[in-house]
Amino acid sequence: MTELSLAPPLREFAAEWLKYRRTWRGSIVIGLVNPLLFLTGIGIIGKLIDSSATGPLGGVSYLTWLAPGLMAASAMQMGFGSGGFGAFRAAAPGGGYRAASATPMSPTDILLGSLLFVTFRLSLLSAGFLLVQALLGAAPTWWAVLTVPAAALTGLAFAAPMAAWGIATKRFSTMQTVFRFVVQPLYLLSGTFFPLSTVPAWLQKVAYASPLWHGVELCRDINLGRLTFAAGAIHGGFLIAMVIAGVLFARVTYRRKLHE
Amino acid sequence: MTVTEAIREVASRPRVGTWPLLTRQVYVYRRSWTELVAAVLEPLMYLLTMGVGLGKLVGHAPGLSHVSYAAYVAPGLLAMAVMNAATAETIFGAFDRIKQAKLYDVVIATPMSIAEIVRAELWWATARGVLAGTGFLAAMAAFGLVHSVMSLLIVPASALVALAFAAAGLIAASYVRDWDDFQYVQLVMLPMFLFATTFYPLSVYPRGVQLLVECLPLFHSINLIREPALGAIGGDTVVAVAYLVAMTALCWWFAVRRMTRVLVR
Repeated sequence: MTELSLAPPLREFAAEWLKYRRTWRGSIVIGLVNPLLFLTGIGIIGKLIDSSATGPLGGVSYLTWLAPGLMAASAMQMGFGSGGFGAFRAAAPGGGYRAASATPMSPTDILLGSLLFVTFRLSLLSAGFLLVQALLGAAPTWWAVLTVPAAALTGLAFAAPMAAWGIATKRFSTMQTVFRFVVQPLYLLSGTFFPLSTVPAWLQKVAYASPLWHGVELCRDINLGRLTFAAGAIHGGFLIAMVIAGVLFARVTYRRKLHE
Repeated sequence: MTVTEAIREVASRPRVGTWPLLTRQVYVYRRSWTELVAAVLEPLMYLLTMGVGLGKLVGHAPGLSHVSYAAYVAPGLLAMAVMNAATAETIFGAFDRIKQAKLYDVVIATPMSIAEIVRAELWWATARGVLAGTGFLAAMAAFGLVHSVMSLLIVPASALVALAFAAAGLIAASYVRDWDDFQYVQLVMLPMFLFATTFYPLSVYPRGVQLLVECLPLFHSINLIREPALGAIGGDTVVAVAYLVAMTALCWWFAVRRMTRVLVR
C-alpha cells in the first residue's frame, strides 16, 4: 500500500476549486438568502411562542434556539448533495474523476481531495449562515464561532458515506428518492424545529439514532455556550465515527469504480 | 410569421382536443408513484413538525382560541402542496417537454394546436394538484383535523388554485433557459411558502408588509382553503376566487402567446 501524501489530494481540491470559481457568486447569494428567509420566516413563529412558554426551549428565544439547528440541517443537505450527487457526476463520463484517475493520483487521493473541498464549501455555507444569524441577534456568545466547524462536521458525516454510495450507484434517481424520503424527514424531525421533549419517549429514542440530531444538539449547545464535555464527546464522537466509516467504505468503492 | 399570425394560423386548424396528450402523460407517469407519495408526504412532514411538534409550544391558533395550531397550519400546507404539485408539472415537467425532450416540436407538426397543447398541460397539472390536495385532505382527516362538511369544498378550491399556478408556471417554463435557472424559481417559491400566512396570520406583520403579502397568489390560495377548513366562509373567499380566476385568465392567455413564441421560432 502506498503512503498517503498530502500533495495529491490538494491537487484534486485545486481542480474542484477551479470549477467552483465559475459559479461561486450564485452560490454565495443563495447561501445568504436562504438562511435569511428561513430564520425570519420560521423565526416569526417565535412571536407566537415566546409570549406563552419557552420552558422546553431552555429559556431562550425561539429564534436563538432554532438558528444553530437549522445551520446543522442545511449542512446536512449540502453534505448529502455534494457527497452523493457530486461523486456520481464526477465519476460519470465527462466528470473530473475520469481524468484524475489517469494521473498518478490514487483513488484515495481523489476521495480525500473531494471531501476536503466539500468541507471547504460546508464551512463557507455555515459561516454565511452564522453571519445572518448574528445580524438577527441569534448568536448570544462568541462560542457561536465554533458552530461553523461543528456544522461542517455534521455535513461531512453525510458527505463521506454518500460519496461511497454515489460513486458506486448506477441510478441517480435512487439517490433523489433517498433524499426525499430519508433526508427531508430527518431535516424536519431531528429536533431542528421543535424540542424533542414534546414528543413521546419512543420517538425520542428513534431521533437519537439520527446523525442530524447529534449535529443539531452539538451546534445548539455550542451556540448557547452550554456544551458539556460528555455531550460534546457523544455527539462529536458519533459524527466523527460516521466520517471515518464513510471514508473507509468510500476508499473501497472509489478504487473499484476508478480502477475497474 | 408574427406571433399574432401564428396564433391565427393554428386556430384555423381542425380541433383534436387535449385527449392525445393527456393519455401520453398518464402513460409516461404510470410508474412515477413516488411523485404522488412525495406530494402528500412532504406537507405531511411539515404538518407533523410545525403543527404537532411546534404546536405543543404555540397552543391554539393565533387569535382563534377554539382552533388548534395544527388545524390552523394544515390548510396552508395543503395550499402549498397543491401549488407545488401543479408547478412541478408546468415548470419542471413542461421545461423538460419543451426544451429538453422537444416533445412539442413534434406535436406542432400534427393537427394539434398550441392552444390545445397549453390546455392539455393545464388540465394535467390541475389533475395532479387536485390529487395532491385531496390526498392531503384525507391525511388531515386521519389526524382529526377536519371538523366541517364544508371541508369538501377544498377539492374544487384545490382545482382553482392548481389551475392558476399551473398557468403561471407555464409562463415561467417558457422563460427558463437551462436547469441553473430553476434556482430563481426557488427564490420566488420559497419566500412565498414562508411568508404567505402559512404559519401565522397577516396581523404579525407591519402594515407595509401586509400589503405586499396580500398581493401574493399563495396568500389568496391559503385563504380559499383555510376558510372552509375552519368552517367559516366569508369575504376573503370571494376575494380569493376573484383573484385566482383573474390570475388564471390572464396567465392562460399569456401562456398561449409565450408557447407560440417559443415553439414557432
